[in-house]
Amino acid sequence: MGFFWASAFLQIFAVSLFFKNYLEMKLLIVEDEKGLRDNIAQFLNKEQYIVEVAPDFQTATEKISLYDYDCILLDVGLPDGNGLNLLRTLKSKQKRDNVIVISAKDSLDDKLEGLELGADDYLTKPFHLAELNARIKAVIRRKALGGGNVVRLNNMELDFDARMLSVAGTDVHLNRKEFDILSFFVVNKNRLIYKSALAEHVWGDHMDNADNFDFIYSQIKNLRKKLKSHGANLEIQAIYGVGYKLTV
Amino acid sequence: MKLLNHTLLYLSASLIFILSIWAVVFYFSMMDEVYDSIDDGLENYKMLIIKKATRDSTLLHKHRFDESNYAIRPIPRELALRATEDFRDTSMYMEYEEDYEVVRMLTTYFSTADEQYYELKIITSMVEGEDLVGDLLHALLWLYVAVIASAFIINNRVLRKIWRPFYQLQHELRAFKLGVDKTFNPPQTKVTEFRDMNDTVAELLKANITVFQQQKQFIENASHELQTPLAIAINKLELLLEQSRGDDAQQLANAIHYLERMTRLNKSLLLLSKIENRQFAASEQLDFNARLRQQVDDFSELLHYRDIDVEIVEKAPLKRAFNADLADVLITNLLKNAIVHNHEGGRIRIVIMDGGFEIANTGSAKPLDTEKMFARFYRASESSTSTGLGLAVAKAIAQLHRANLAYRYEGELHCFTFRLSS
Repeated sequence: MGFFWASAFLQIFAVSLFFKNYLEMKLLIVEDEKGLRDNIAQFLNKEQYIVEVAPDFQTATEKISLYDYDCILLDVGLPDGNGLNLLRTLKSKQKRDNVIVISAKDSLDDKLEGLELGADDYLTKPFHLAELNARIKAVIRRKALGGGNVVRLNNMELDFDARMLSVAGTDVHLNRKEFDILSFFVVNKNRLIYKSALAEHVWGDHMDNADNFDFIYSQIKNLRKKLKSHGANLEIQAIYGVGYKLTV
Repeated sequence: MKLLNHTLLYLSASLIFILSIWAVVFYFSMMDEVYDSIDDGLENYKMLIIKKATRDSTLLHKHRFDESNYAIRPIPRELALRATEDFRDTSMYMEYEEDYEVVRMLTTYFSTADEQYYELKIITSMVEGEDLVGDLLHALLWLYVAVIASAFIINNRVLRKIWRPFYQLQHELRAFKLGVDKTFNPPQTKVTEFRDMNDTVAELLKANITVFQQQKQFIENASHELQTPLAIAINKLELLLEQSRGDDAQQLANAIHYLERMTRLNKSLLLLSKIENRQFAASEQLDFNARLRQQVDDFSELLHYRDIDVEIVEKAPLKRAFNADLADVLITNLLKNAIVHNHEGGRIRIVIMDGGFEIANTGSAKPLDTEKMFARFYRASESSTSTGLGLAVAKAIAQLHRANLAYRYEGELHCFTFRLSS
């Protein structure tokens, strides 16, 4: 009995040492386009996830029946079957895997069907990798047990449900878009954020005009000022003509 | 000119010609017959008078016409032998008419048994040429009017009936809209020519509809197929961007920028063809006031940054059945248009009224080209980042919902009025 507890403890210790940031987050990418699959895998590997890939319906079906994943990125249009059927299989097996549906079709029907079948989110190609990252973290965070949808970074605490920021225990008022900007930076910390990825995340279709990037810069300047005045311990670095990076 | 009037015009012109010729021929042949019969009568009369004169010599002294229609006078032998019988028209005073009238006179010569020579003149009343021509012209005119009138009536009735399939086809063709109607059903007719024409038109339209559908489908498919390679290219460059520094990073960012522009263009084209292919689900009741307010709020930071003042005048609530996604695209495109083509410190005025709304903005000092502004890829300014599809999409959305989107330049404001049909 004592041996069991000791070995269990050791195992947990080893695992937590290995994955410093996340505890064994396992992702599955179901995507038939090799280029896209490789891009996503390469990007997510840097986020310390365990990334597995399935190039077709058949492989994906085998993988989901054998393993549990924290998040599955599911392409709808697979050569040997509709990705949505995979979603049906998952739900019929009462599996709790998070699913983000990815489709080339900007079609409302696909979106509605996907969400009705129990997908957690929906993303249309083409998308920015930073956006994908934010979506993955959001679905994982929402389902995390006891975590309470809160992200901590240095002396900051972002509550995604209440959409509140507190710095060193003091609440800081941020408007809707300031919160969106900050949270996008936080989930993509230490990564380069291409300027239009940020614009699309915060303003959606309302901001697809490159003329307006000066405007985004001014918004970030305001946010920086606000964070600095409250003593937030972080730095948003602007990379001229490219984008931004939050370094911690 | 109507077909009916065309035939009538030709008919009346040729009838004038034919009837005139006919009248001349008729006049001369009738006069010929009249002379023939009168002259025969005079000849007969002559023989009767000469016969009577040989028996009753008192007749030989009747030198004047007086109450009868002949006169006899003696003439010298030489004269009588040289003279010949002759018919001619002359005039004579008529007591009844109290005027000189045309008469036909036969002048002939005869001799009695005692070698006396006489000249005999016999007259008979004659058809008056002038009167006859007048009567004839009169009759002809009436005939002409009667023929034209009946031709008009018959034409009207018959042609209308005969051409009915044609008018039906015309009506159907006028109602036909390529891209809206999926089929064309020509009217049924038993007339071979019209049936052939209907079939030909139906064939032609069927081919057109097919080509049109394929064209639309092609744009949609092409746009679809482009999405994935675009996605891969953008993501690859994003990954590369993370490992790059300085000038390289800027070049990469620039490349991504152009790929994103292509993506936007592609998405707009896809949206346009989807709207035109009517792939948008049933409409729901939408609160346009709330949506307009929401979108202005979404744009608030940008408006503030560009120092553009927005005023919303809500004259009436606007709640209509409309596709929600398309309503958002419509409002976004119009608002974006009003912001992008505005100047620093400018203003936007949104008026929501019963059955529509209007977005007016300050901007360039001259009105836009109303002909071209809603056309695809039309750009008023040399803005390199606009797709040139925003207003075309807005127009297509309006048309899909049988609404009207119009532009006017008024009081230095560019006004876009969106009006739903009631």
